[in-house]
Amino acid sequence: MKHVLVLCLGLLALLALPVPAQAQNGPLRIEITEGTVEPMAYAVPDFVSETPGAAQYAQDIARVVADDLTGTGLFREIPREAHISRITSFQSPVQFADWKAINALVLLTGAVSEEGGRVTVKFRIWDVFAGTELGQGMQFAATADGWRRLAHKVADQVYSRITGETGYFDSRVVFVSESGPKDQRAKRLAIMDYDGANVQYLTDSRSIVLAPRFSPNGDRVLYTSYETGEPRVHVLNVGSVQSHILQSGSGVMSFAPRFSPDGSRVVYSVTSGSNTDIFAMDIASGATMQLTSAPSIETAPSFSPDGSRIVFESDRSGTQQLYVMPANGGEATRISFGQGRYGTPVWSPRGDLIAFTKQNQGRFHIGVMRIDGSEERLLTASRLDEGPSWAPNGRVIMFARETQGAQGTSSLYTVDVAGRKLTRVRTPDGASDPSWGPLQ
Amino acid sequence: MTHLSKALMMAAVLGLAACTNGNRFDNEAGAGYGADAGAGSGIVPGSASDPASPAYFSQTIGDRVFFAVDQSTLSPEARATLDGQAGWLLSNSDYLAVIEGHADEQGTREYNIALGARRANATMEYLISKGVPASRLKFISYGKERPVEICSEEACYSKNRRAVTVISMGLGS
Repeated sequence: MKHVLVLCLGLLALLALPVPAQAQNGPLRIEITEGTVEPMAYAVPDFVSETPGAAQYAQDIARVVADDLTGTGLFREIPREAHISRITSFQSPVQFADWKAINALVLLTGAVSEEGGRVTVKFRIWDVFAGTELGQGMQFAATADGWRRLAHKVADQVYSRITGETGYFDSRVVFVSESGPKDQRAKRLAIMDYDGANVQYLTDSRSIVLAPRFSPNGDRVLYTSYETGEPRVHVLNVGSVQSHILQSGSGVMSFAPRFSPDGSRVVYSVTSGSNTDIFAMDIASGATMQLTSAPSIETAPSFSPDGSRIVFESDRSGTQQLYVMPANGGEATRISFGQGRYGTPVWSPRGDLIAFTKQNQGRFHIGVMRIDGSEERLLTASRLDEGPSWAPNGRVIMFARETQGAQGTSSLYTVDVAGRKLTRVRTPDGASDPSWGPLQ
Repeated sequence: MTHLSKALMMAAVLGLAACTNGNRFDNEAGAGYGADAGAGSGIVPGSASDPASPAYFSQTIGDRVFFAVDQSTLSPEARATLDGQAGWLLSNSDYLAVIEGHADEQGTREYNIALGARRANATMEYLISKGVPASRLKFISYGKERPVEICSEEACYSKNRRAVTVISMGLGS
């Protein structure tokens, strides 16, 4: 407890009280919402190996931390070849002049030990120009196969202390792994770290599976499967990898499910005849409630983070557009008015923005708008981008992009809300329909 | 529908079938069917030359109809094909049919499932309006998950925006 308290006081001092030395160089701070940011230069020497078995982890963890930070577009790593000082002991004083000389604003030092299959990492973050430590040093431990999570936790701390926001690196993504040509594509549900590492498969490819969605705490996944012949909403327990159909009844197509923010309800679409409407189900009781009743297509519902409203798409106006309605149904307000068609809306976990897929003049875009539809910003453009999903901190969006032609394949990408940095997520096969889970 | 118009429609279907059959025999002359093969002499039961076979349904009558971009209305050409399908289903009452609706890849996944359902439903409703019992029909949408053509051009998209009537043997047969 004392440790946490000291950390908070340290941050407060840095933010609220401009010390002359810091004021001169500007506070060590990145404002994520600014449109253009000069990436902050930082250095991460290999972490110090403190036990014989830790040397490889010490190198690898430092590399994953650097990949996380540089991948945001907010940070720029000073190459190790340019380093003057070597960090050979976690305790030795830092030679700030050597890091100033190569223009590193932030220095991250760390040490790793390994004992009995357990890896421990400790780290310190330094404000090079102020010559001070940025917050308090911390340590994390995990079994050896969880070493990447340790790296992500360190990177989350660096990100959080410099941006003032929660990180997103120690998180997982559930998605559809794709293989085979377009006309015989095999699809499997899979789960991975946010950066594409540690892929595990949750289903086989016997049935078409679509659009998995994490529960708020990451324990369950909703998805649509054709296992019974018709598309049906299923729910899968991530721990046991067991799944069951959410709603019984034959001759019913149900799809596009998503959890409520408290994980107790599911909203989804049901098709009856030519009509598709949105329903809600209380998971515990199985009680369902019809939320829309227009003769048009209403689908892709997504809750606001406070659970009070739902954004969805409808073609009641003649083309796909975005609407917001109360969580129990009722009058819907249209929020999209630009050119083209809007679909797959997703409410940001911060509550401030709605991400969507837009089609206009043969191009697809991932974009964001405020929840009243104002200030639309397109973040990407290609022949087929779709299915945005928010990082747990609401600052980055993952989506799928399919390349053109007979050999076209789908891959996952991330883009930040300012549209500065587009990054491909490396997956073993093709990938689509990402759903970003919570920070672990 | 009156018995008379049903009968007329059946006659029309049979006439069409006979005509198309002739063409097929010409095309497949090298495969052992003589161009002069008379009715009854060259027909292999269950093959595409047998008018009561699902193969005949899919290859000769045509098992699919096509749609314009983001539309589910049936064109005159689609209606003509479906008239043939209805006739076949009425004269082969042991069979059931599942109508599969599809969309091209130019659309978001969820919307395309709903759009494919609209297309399949429009097709099914038309068959019902022509007298096929609703109890023998059902539909399903695959959205954009099962394209038959894989290029990223209108030539392929137009083939993928389709509703396909898939014939299966009824449980009672």
